[in-house]
Amino acid sequence: MENKTGNVLRRIKSQRITATVRKLFINANTILSADVISALRSALQQEESPIGRQVLDKILENADIARREAMPICQDTGLAVLFVEIGQDVRIVGGDLREAINEGVKQAYAEGNLRKSICDPLTRANTQDNTPAVIHMDIVPGKRLKIVAMPKGGGSENMSAARMLTPSAGIDGIKKFVMETVEKAGANPCPPIIVGVGIGGSLEQACILAKKALLRPVGDTHPSDGRLAQMEAELLVRINKLGIGPAGLGGKVTALAVQAEMMPCHIASLPVAVNIQCHVARHREEII
Amino acid sequence: MNNDITTARGNDPIHIQTPLSTDICSSLSAGDIVLISGDIYTARDAAHRRLYEALVKGLPLPINLSTATIFYAAPSPTPIGKVIGSIGPTTSYRMDVFTPTLIEHGLRGMIGKGNRSPEVVEAIKKYKAVYFGAIGGIAALTAQCIKRMELVAYEDLGPEAIRKLSVAELPVIVINDTIGRDLYTEEQDRWRTISES
Repeated sequence: MENKTGNVLRRIKSQRITATVRKLFINANTILSADVISALRSALQQEESPIGRQVLDKILENADIARREAMPICQDTGLAVLFVEIGQDVRIVGGDLREAINEGVKQAYAEGNLRKSICDPLTRANTQDNTPAVIHMDIVPGKRLKIVAMPKGGGSENMSAARMLTPSAGIDGIKKFVMETVEKAGANPCPPIIVGVGIGGSLEQACILAKKALLRPVGDTHPSDGRLAQMEAELLVRINKLGIGPAGLGGKVTALAVQAEMMPCHIASLPVAVNIQCHVARHREEII
Repeated sequence: MNNDITTARGNDPIHIQTPLSTDICSSLSAGDIVLISGDIYTARDAAHRRLYEALVKGLPLPINLSTATIFYAAPSPTPIGKVIGSIGPTTSYRMDVFTPTLIEHGLRGMIGKGNRSPEVVEAIKKYKAVYFGAIGGIAALTAQCIKRMELVAYEDLGPEAIRKLSVAELPVIVINDTIGRDLYTEEQDRWRTISES
C-alpha cells in the first residue's frame, strides 16, 4: 500500500506494540539504567556527609537486589507515561494504537507484580490495572515507531511546578524559579533528584519539554544549546549547595543533574516548567 | 539487611520493639538511628481519610491505634514465594491533615519521608509520639525486613489497604522527637553552611 507521498507503508501489528510496551515497563521498573547507576557512583565520590554516603550505598545495593530478584526498584512503580513517535509511513494493523499501548501497560503491571497506582481523581477509586497511561504521540518522518516508557513516581511529580514568567524575568527569573522549586521540595521527592526544566512554548508545552528533558542520559550536557548547557551546570552547583542531601538528611549531593529543553514562545510570555525526578529515574525505549 | 547506618554524630543504632510506649518515644532524639522490630501497620492517603472520618464520627476503628506505629506505605504486589513485594515510604505531608487526630487517639510511631506540618510536630511533642524517616526508593532492600504481612482492613483500597507487617530491624532515623526537634531542618542547615563556606 502507498501513501500520498508515494512511499510504501510499513505495517506494524498492534500486538507487537503491546508486547513491547509490556516489556519496557517491566524492565524500566526493575533494572536501573547504566547512566543512573554511574551518576549515583559519582555522587558517592562527591558526598562528604557520612549518612549521605550510606544512603547512596543503599540506593546502589537496592538496585542490585531489584535487578537480581526482578523486584521493583521502588514500590511506586508509577504512572505510565509514554512518548511515542510514529513514522508517517507506518500503518498500525490489528487494533487501535492507544488500546494496544494501554493493553501493554495492563499486562506489565499485572504480570510484572508492579503496583497499580492510578485512581479516579475525585472518588480516589483505583482503576485496578494502572491505566489509562499518559501517552504523548508525535508523527515523525520515516517508517519506524519509537516507544519510550517512563514510569513516573507520584512523590517527585508532586514537587514539580510550572509558572508563566514575564519576558523581563529572563534567564535569572528562570533560575530563581528552579531554585525555589527544588528548595521547597526538600526531602520529599527522594533526593538526589534529577531536575528537568522546560522553557518556552505554551503552558503545556513547557511541561512536556521538562519531562522530555528527563529522558536525556543523566549527566550529559545539553547537546546543541550552549546557553542551556551553561545554565544546567550553574544550577547543579547551586542546588548542591542547598544542603538537602541524599534522602534529605543533609549533604552535598541534592541533585545528580539539571537537564533543560527549550523552544520559542509568545512575545508576551516566558513559560517555565520544572519536572522533578527522584533518584529512581526510570525510562526504557525501543524502536520497532 | 545491612544495618550499618550511623548518624553524623556516630551513634550506635538503637533497637526498639513495638508497641511504642510514651517512655520509648521520649527516649528517642532527632538523629537517632533506630532498628524497629515487631508489628506495624501500613496506611496512606485513602486509609487515613477513612480512619479520620471514623474517629470524627465516633465509629469503631478496624485497628487499635493505641501505641500503634503506622508506615506510610503501599507495597507492590507480592511475587510467588515472597512475603511481600517492594515497600518503602511515601511522602508524609499528605497525611498531616489527619495525623494530629490520630495521635490524639493513641498513634505513637509514624514512618515516612519528608517534612511534617507545625501541627504534627506540635502533636508529636504534646502526646509524646515520634516521626521516623525511612529512605525512599530502596524498596527491594526494605522488603527484606518484612517477615510477615496480613491484610487487616479496607481491602477495596487495593495497594492502599491497611496491612499488618511484622518487621525485623527495619532501619529508620528519628526526624521529629518529643522535644520538638527536626532533623531535616538541622542537618540541611548544617550542610548548607558547610557547602557555602
